[in-house]
Amino acid sequence: MKAAPFDYHRPETIDDAADMLGALPDARVLAGGQSLVPMLNLRLAYFDNLIDIRGIRELSMASTLSDTVRIGASVTQAEVELNSDLARSVPLVARALPFVGHFPLRNRGTVCGSIAHADPAAELPAVLVALGGTVEVTSTSGRREIPAGEFFLGTWWTALKEGELVEAVRFPIAGDRSGCAVREVARRHGDFAIAGSAVHVEVDDAGCVAHSGIAMFGVASTPVHAREVEELIRGARLGDLDIEAVGAAAVAGLDDIPDDSNASSLERRTLAAVVARRAVVDALSEATR
Amino acid sequence: MSEHEISVVVNGARRSVRVPSRLSLADLLRDKLGLTGTHLGCEHGACGACSVLVNGEVVRACLMFAVQVDGDEVTTIEGIGSEDGVLTPVQAAFRDCHGLQCGFCTPGFVVTVTALLERNPAPDDGEIRTALSGNLCRCTGYQGIIEAVRSLRSGVEHAD
Ligand code: FES
Ligand code: FES
Repeated sequence: MKAAPFDYHRPETIDDAADMLGALPDARVLAGGQSLVPMLNLRLAYFDNLIDIRGIRELSMASTLSDTVRIGASVTQAEVELNSDLARSVPLVARALPFVGHFPLRNRGTVCGSIAHADPAAELPAVLVALGGTVEVTSTSGRREIPAGEFFLGTWWTALKEGELVEAVRFPIAGDRSGCAVREVARRHGDFAIAGSAVHVEVDDAGCVAHSGIAMFGVASTPVHAREVEELIRGARLGDLDIEAVGAAAVAGLDDIPDDSNASSLERRTLAAVVARRAVVDALSEATR
Repeated sequence: MSEHEISVVVNGARRSVRVPSRLSLADLLRDKLGLTGTHLGCEHGACGACSVLVNGEVVRACLMFAVQVDGDEVTTIEGIGSEDGVLTPVQAAFRDCHGLQCGFCTPGFVVTVTALLERNPAPDDGEIRTALSGNLCRCTGYQGIIEAVRSLRSGVEHAD
């Protein structure tokens, strides 16, 4: 239950971190460590070199740009949760955070770290997909941006290439007439979800859905963008929503639902339909309140 | 494996120690500094027995490496309690409300509750439960623990 030996490095600039990541063998970024350290302690993961990015000032900022919120790689989940301006700008992120582990874990755990860790049952990756956010990455060969829809490739597997580190993530700011919700089923509060749904909706003056962003988590090897549901509810109003159809659409495209000791595939499918329709109703109720 | 010279303020006293990179903060506290009040249950973040404060924030000492607290301030249960054995209000409330049986989880709970009340002196029942949801008590005495926090909220006096 102790981590295997590694060398520890604490760069002070992004460029130094990128240099180290490019040059050192078997190197991994350490941010909050709330996903990585348990894996190291359980010896599910080994690295020769850990690069601690918490000393890099440029990565510690969260800022509101014109139409997005940009969260640097070392910003903790608790910092975002306790910042009411950010919570107002990206309410779906704020809504998801209380589900992420427990408060002591969020005091260290970072928003970007949870996304880079890419657990398919985690909330923040699903939020990024639902909102159509962007991951900013950097390496010695330069910077690039990866849209949420292309970032998650599988369980703990992302589009990050060898030598690349996440510098920040960006979430679009919610419009005035919007609502959002996160619903999930987990064995205990703070556990990874058995099935979950993150929903953002924007309505027009008549209360009809003008735009929505919906993602499911815990039901595949990545978060799943629920396009069928978005299609289905476009133009709908809360009163004439066919919620059974919403649930069915949320699980229609799922063909590789995990089956494990927490829940069978069938249970997950059933629960996913339930959380999706509840989250859609919650979000739409909030938007039309 | 790299070794690092770190300087950290533990319970108000500055300590300089040489640590191997993989040494956890919990093991630094327990094995190198002799502060065995910080308990280790699971060593992977699940139980909360190892809760300590780093720069005033409650964290898991098993999920940090000692080298990461270089330059920081750490407070353990020994720093929360007083040396002469006089109980803090949180400790006294746990005693009076039967908030402990074997006591293994208690340091983690006391640290967590102390940090909660610092941030929110009058938490409602939901907030208490949420704040404590990351701490496990294998004696399962949760009702007594929650009662202890409630009593502090409503200002019940506990003899020290
Ligand atoms: S020992 Fe650290 S959380 Fe269990
Ligand atoms: S009092 Fe025994 S584990 Fe909590």
